[in-house]
Amino acid sequence: MIFGAIVAGGVGNRMNLSGLPKQFLPLGDSEKPIIIHTLEKFLICKKLDFIYLGVHKDWVGYAEELLDKYSIDKKRVFVTPGGADRNLTILNIIDAIEKNHGKSDEHIIVTHDAVRPFVTLRMINENIEAAEKFGACDTVIGAIDTIIESKDGELISSIPNRSTMYQGQTPQSFKMSALKNLYGDLSDEEKSVLTDACRIFIFRNKPVKLVKGDTFNIKITTVSDYKIAQAILGGNLGD
Amino acid sequence: MINYIYQLVRPGYISVKYEDVKIENDVVIRPTYMAICQADQRYYRGLRDISKLKSKLPMALIHESAGEVVCDFTNSFSCGQKVIMIPNVKSKINDKEIYENYQKGSSFLSSGKDGFMREFVNLAPDRVVPINNIPEQFAAISEFISVGVHGVNRLKKFSHGNKKSFGVWGDGSLAYVVSCIIKQIFPESKLYVIGRDNFKLSQFLFADGTYFSENIPEDFSVDHAFECAGGEGSYYAINDIIKYINPQGTAVLMGVSEHKIAINTRDVLEKGITLIGSSRSGREDFEKAAEFLGKSEFQKRISRIIYEDSPVKTIGDIHRVFETDLKNPFKTVFKWDL
Repeated sequence: MIFGAIVAGGVGNRMNLSGLPKQFLPLGDSEKPIIIHTLEKFLICKKLDFIYLGVHKDWVGYAEELLDKYSIDKKRVFVTPGGADRNLTILNIIDAIEKNHGKSDEHIIVTHDAVRPFVTLRMINENIEAAEKFGACDTVIGAIDTIIESKDGELISSIPNRSTMYQGQTPQSFKMSALKNLYGDLSDEEKSVLTDACRIFIFRNKPVKLVKGDTFNIKITTVSDYKIAQAILGGNLGD
Repeated sequence: MINYIYQLVRPGYISVKYEDVKIENDVVIRPTYMAICQADQRYYRGLRDISKLKSKLPMALIHESAGEVVCDFTNSFSCGQKVIMIPNVKSKINDKEIYENYQKGSSFLSSGKDGFMREFVNLAPDRVVPINNIPEQFAAISEFISVGVHGVNRLKKFSHGNKKSFGVWGDGSLAYVVSCIIKQIFPESKLYVIGRDNFKLSQFLFADGTYFSENIPEDFSVDHAFECAGGEGSYYAINDIIKYINPQGTAVLMGVSEHKIAINTRDVLEKGITLIGSSRSGREDFEKAAEFLGKSEFQKRISRIIYEDSPVKTIGDIHRVFETDLKNPFKTVFKWDL
């Protein structure tokens, strides 16, 4: 089976726009919450059997009511309490999936940030194909700016060749059992430096296929990002 | 839902518009296979009047597309249903004497409104026709076939009963499709095709005769005729039709020309010829097109004018399919994967 896992574990203290975590802020003319826009793209992907939302435990009830408000089929979409970080939220979702649908080496999980509502059906479909074929994939765009590495934050350590540099987005998709097993195999030190789930595969020299993302598949993390997203869609910019 | 709309902003330039689309009263369709029409090509190349380009662009191109229902808030279709999409936007005026495609106030997707080059298309249920067992490469040109169906049906409705022979002037895709439809609707009638290109004429294997336009026998005549030449060729085709059509024949004019065409009205009057203008189509024409496309013999014939280019996965691929289409004498179709 193929599962969507929309990760929305944050509580939104970077936005300072309201008491709402950023994934629940209204976006566009419709003023639907960001997470609903994201979920709608997952819902139209017929390859996805079920979709799980990993939401901070304090916001599970709120997310459940949002599903009701937007008449979303709760036989296909489930809300699960998130973990302390992104990867633990994904693992919580995996636990819920295995509890509800059983374990299988064939299960694919398409993980995605709730705050990237500009994801496209093409990206989701190509993620599924790549995860089935390679075991893991990451959605990326080619680096436009030159990437600079500095180990001390004062001086440049190196300037990698830009043509081989990419910026990671989501979705990131995996064979679910492999993700869980590889994570369990990591040392505490390795776990402490994980910034995204693909790195779990990289640590163990497993292939991760690149899927083409989109410049506008932005992550709405700050007030500026939110205003940009509103401007793209012609929504209310506010102040 | 957030939609990606791939708009032609000026000739040769495609840009993405992001739109928060209200879908709550619509059928939501993922386009699967599309076909290029000459009207799209004229916009893409900037071959329309500057004033027309300024008033219509930016706009997503393409009005010929098959698709698949991804969700339907009207409960008219099940998810996964293969469909064809009707680009004609009905007018609020509902004059039953007038076809929907000529009704005042009607409009057309890819002519001033965004066409089908979008991540998904939301339509009212009466703008969606379900199809079954039709390969999507063929279903992609349903709109084009429906235009032919409309033209042939208008002639059927308005012409006199003598229908022993039909002449089709033109040897391109429209002439081919109209010829296929004539053979479906009037299987007992003789069909003659008049064109200029040896290769193209050689594709009309089911016609009862083909002639080069400069070599039509003097004693040649047909009861009724279709002008499918378009462009500069319309002038020669229409005046040939006036010359060779039998008295009181009906001629359907279907080829689009950017310029005004001089017509020998003296002989139109003298022979009592009826000229019918025909463009675009309505729902009943789409349904008939789907019925024809369901027939294997029709599919085999249509397959001869379809060239499938590689899938479109990037904006660069959109430019590529328009380039391909320039070199292709017939219809270019492609999988939409953007």
